[in-house]
Amino acid sequence: MKKLKHYRHYPKSLLILILLILSAITTFSILFFLIGYILIKGIPHITPSLFAFKYTTENVSLFPAIITTIIITLLSLIIATPISIFTAIYLVEYAKSTNKLVKIIRITTETLSGIPSIIYGLFGLLFFVTYLRWGFSIIAGTLTLSIMILPLIIRSTEEALKSVPLSLREASFALGAGKLRTIFKIVLPSAIPGIFAGIILAIGRIVGETAALVYTTGTAAEIPKNLFSSSRTLAIHMYALSSEGLYINQAYATAVILLITVLLINTISSFLAEKVLKENQYG
Amino acid sequence: MKSKVSEKLMEFVFLISACVSIISVILICYFIFAGGTTALNKIGILNFLLGKDWSPTNIPPKFGILPMIMGSIHITIGAVLVGVPIGILTAIFMAKFCPKKLYKILKPLVNLMAGIPSIIYGFFGLVIIVPLIRDIFGGTGNSILTASVLLGIMILPTIIGISEAAIRAVPESYYEGAIALGATHEQSIIFATLPAAKSGILSSIILGIGRAIGETMAVVMVAGNQARMPAGILKGIRSLTANIVIEMGYAADLHREALIATGVVLFVFILIINIFFSIFVRRVN
Repeated sequence: MKKLKHYRHYPKSLLILILLILSAITTFSILFFLIGYILIKGIPHITPSLFAFKYTTENVSLFPAIITTIIITLLSLIIATPISIFTAIYLVEYAKSTNKLVKIIRITTETLSGIPSIIYGLFGLLFFVTYLRWGFSIIAGTLTLSIMILPLIIRSTEEALKSVPLSLREASFALGAGKLRTIFKIVLPSAIPGIFAGIILAIGRIVGETAALVYTTGTAAEIPKNLFSSSRTLAIHMYALSSEGLYINQAYATAVILLITVLLINTISSFLAEKVLKENQYG
Repeated sequence: MKSKVSEKLMEFVFLISACVSIISVILICYFIFAGGTTALNKIGILNFLLGKDWSPTNIPPKFGILPMIMGSIHITIGAVLVGVPIGILTAIFMAKFCPKKLYKILKPLVNLMAGIPSIIYGFFGLVIIVPLIRDIFGGTGNSILTASVLLGIMILPTIIGISEAAIRAVPESYYEGAIALGATHEQSIIFATLPAAKSGILSSIILGIGRAIGETMAVVMVAGNQARMPAGILKGIRSLTANIVIEMGYAADLHREALIATGVVLFVFILIINIFFSIFVRRVN
């Protein structure tokens, strides 16, 4: 109350305060409304037939899409994670920061993280699907996404490696361990939470991706037989459902599944990020 | 001796891995630009960029992408008008006005907002914003306005995240100096702290513009996608990104090459935005 009285002499300050609070309320109520609306409209439509093993136009099952999403996520991580971690190791542990190559690597990873997904999709279509003649396939989509998530994992691994105290490395060297051994036995283990945070961010990006996959994996609704068959992820499945306009209820249900996945992924990654922060405080 | 060999070998492996991102950028640039230049040569750069008529299936076909360029620019400006004020004000609130306990809840929510896939935002736009605009203003609801509002929402987390960090990075002495001169808490922050965070806030806007102009699925779902010059904010529009996604499925020959060239134009836009961004980031540092 006293505080409010104080504002009587400064009406403009009060106005600013009100504007700030209103903006914050707007931002977060949009978020709550979006999540709440989709959950309330979608949960009643999650039925057992949505999870039928085989897709038919009758049940528009999302089971095959879930399988494809898991396959593509795992494969992309298997390809991109080692490359990203090795890149980060090179940048942090080996290269001098004045090195020309390091500058180029930094510029290219920055560029990669700024390229919109539709350009990745176009590239995948031109290179993997057309030039290498792989056709619409899981493998074309996987490789496209692997390039897309490189900068995410590189950046978080780099941050994690940098936050490992120098004294740990020095102690290891002093005990006679070589550089390689120090990196794999001492530095990497203490950087693991940070690396995981990056990987989980990458999973979120893969699960939600549409534009980069429409013309690389294609939109076939069946469970893929092998790496060269076309199939759709959950996000593409949802795009197909909502653009056809016939299955709006099923689209809501798919949205719920996607949203819950993203919520989970986010919770895990912020938990890990906090852990990194705490460990560094003691480091 | 053996360990020395493996040391050298692994250093080489690390180096090769580090080069993957360089190779990727080169490959992406090469395939997009090489694929697009054939169309640019056949159609003519000026006809392509400044042509107001996009009718690829007509005989003879017309490939002018000015409507799509204008479309992308219109919805991006709209997104900035919607998203930037709300985003910056929310960032100020979170950095300087919000109790610590509340902040611990709000910060993960901003991250969550950034993590929601564009297909979900698009769907939300389709079932909520489109009918809302239709009921209030009439028309079909698929319009520049709808796309601007939706993109404005989508760029909020980008703007809030970076602006907030920039505001927090301003030394406390700016604020204290203003307070000592008799300014209120609000005045000190708006007139002393905020101007000092200018570069960071600008770079958040640039990044938001990059996100808005590159957004595809959400725009396709709400913008109407008519390939014509903007005819008013309540009329539909097609963006560069939408043009590629909608027609790539059935395009062949010159039509297909023209779509790749559309990608080239988009790519050039993005590269320019990225260059601006890194200039600002360097200025902040």
